[in-house]
Amino acid sequence: MSVNFLIHRAKEIQAVIDANASEIEKLDQEIGDGDHIFNVQRGIKLVIELEAVIKDLPMSKALNQIAMKVLSGIGGSSGALFGTLFMTMAKGNDIDNGVDYKKAIEIFADGVEAVKQRGKADVGEKTMMDVLIPVSNCLKKGVDDNKDVKEILKEAIEVAEKGMFSTKDLLATKGRASFLGERAKGHIDPGARSSQLMIKTVCESVLNS
Amino acid sequence: MKKFMNSADDFLKESLQGFGAAHQDIVNCNYDPNFITRATPTKEGKVALISGGGSGHEPMHGGLVGYGMLDAACPGFVFSSPTPDQMLAAVEKVDSGAGVLFIVKNYSGDVMNFQMAAEMMQGPNESVLTNDDVAVEDSSFTTGRRGVAATVVVEKIVGSLAEHGGSLQECKALGDKVNKNSGSMGVAFSSCTVPAAGKPNFDIGDDEMEFGVGIHGEPGRRRDKMKSAQEITNELLEAINEDLKPEANEEILLFVNGMGGTPLTELYLIYDNAKNMLDKKNINISRSLVGNFCTSLEMQGASITLTKLDEELVKHWDSNVHTAAMRWGM
Repeated sequence: MSVNFLIHRAKEIQAVIDANASEIEKLDQEIGDGDHIFNVQRGIKLVIELEAVIKDLPMSKALNQIAMKVLSGIGGSSGALFGTLFMTMAKGNDIDNGVDYKKAIEIFADGVEAVKQRGKADVGEKTMMDVLIPVSNCLKKGVDDNKDVKEILKEAIEVAEKGMFSTKDLLATKGRASFLGERAKGHIDPGARSSQLMIKTVCESVLNS
Repeated sequence: MKKFMNSADDFLKESLQGFGAAHQDIVNCNYDPNFITRATPTKEGKVALISGGGSGHEPMHGGLVGYGMLDAACPGFVFSSPTPDQMLAAVEKVDSGAGVLFIVKNYSGDVMNFQMAAEMMQGPNESVLTNDDVAVEDSSFTTGRRGVAATVVVEKIVGSLAEHGGSLQECKALGDKVNKNSGSMGVAFSSCTVPAAGKPNFDIGDDEMEFGVGIHGEPGRRRDKMKSAQEITNELLEAINEDLKPEANEEILLFVNGMGGTPLTELYLIYDNAKNMLDKKNINISRSLVGNFCTSLEMQGASITLTKLDEELVKHWDSNVHTAAMRWGM
């Protein structure tokens, strides 16, 4: 994983999110306040705009710049959560000397754990953590079991989708949807949908390379 | 939407510029990142108090920067938390070496962003998290009780202690104590409109009120039909008393706060009605505050805050203060 890799994945994610924007916006209008898609689109745009600044930087510095950008550029809870993800990844041990897929999985899992702490949300609370935590666990287990990287990524795509659909029948206890109580049931969480799309995009891109 | 604005994008910037120019003897406004400091530097050895939150609650917090209260405030966009780069820039400017106390209202976005700033900054720091709103345990923007108008009381009292040489730990402890001794609850008659959204945050009928409303118009305990001022006041006080349990003859601060769209005439009427009820319970109102301090844009409505006082709290409440929104003794 290189800085160039990150920028290219961000561009692919932008295309996929844009293509699904109206669906995500609709999900958010049903159970949130309708601003999730704009936050996600703004965040991705800011990361892509950083290309010239970060393309020649070591990985830790590039990830830190991305973290600071989403932190101040998205703002609110979303900015803090995504900022935490990248800031934690930036702290990964020895990442400036190359990041293979095992290292990438390790720092991603550390990042997801930090996001979980920051937002104090776990699996089963109808948030993006219903996608990120199972995916992180699946990736880590794949490495521990010495599975082939392609196997691991295929599995992660399935786990992400399952996690995303699981939010449909959950009662929200965290985030905006929590106030709706029973009324939020039957709706997929927009944050779970957008993160599932991002995971899928990155995994498929690696599989097809 | 009817608002004094030129464009939603420039709304906050122009408002901050006006605030800075109008009160240049007290504050200094900084832009990109946005933060407000005192016009005079924090004196050496004084704990620096920094607060902040979404804009739209003015005068909280920028109007509370000045002698005897805050050293800096970080305004986010309207109803959106400030970000760590703002807090870090404010720290850089006002930390005199004695440490930084962050005063944060319990709203998820604020909590996470201040937490990150605290982790990223160098040097000693502590945080006081206010959660005085007795209306609901969790709500649309919060895990746990919301932090509302008592934040003003915390900032006044801790501000005084810091001014008089209190250490970081002493300031933190006093802030927690004031928060614990305070309870608030609000009611809204009308909604409010975030400039960038262009439409009201919630719908409410002409004959309805949201009882226990949050400071962004988030839902409270229930939607009620309109009632008399005395009935509304009694219900607010009953909810607060149930939580705070002030004893007979206990001294309290009675703080009637306007949400932005209710005239002072009505706020004083609420004060009268609240005094009626508290007198009957033999609760001793020893200090008072009435006005628009923790607002919700143009929302019609009000909140009541009670703070149980002791000698220490009274001393720091009475001490000199000079900010854009509160000034006495000097």
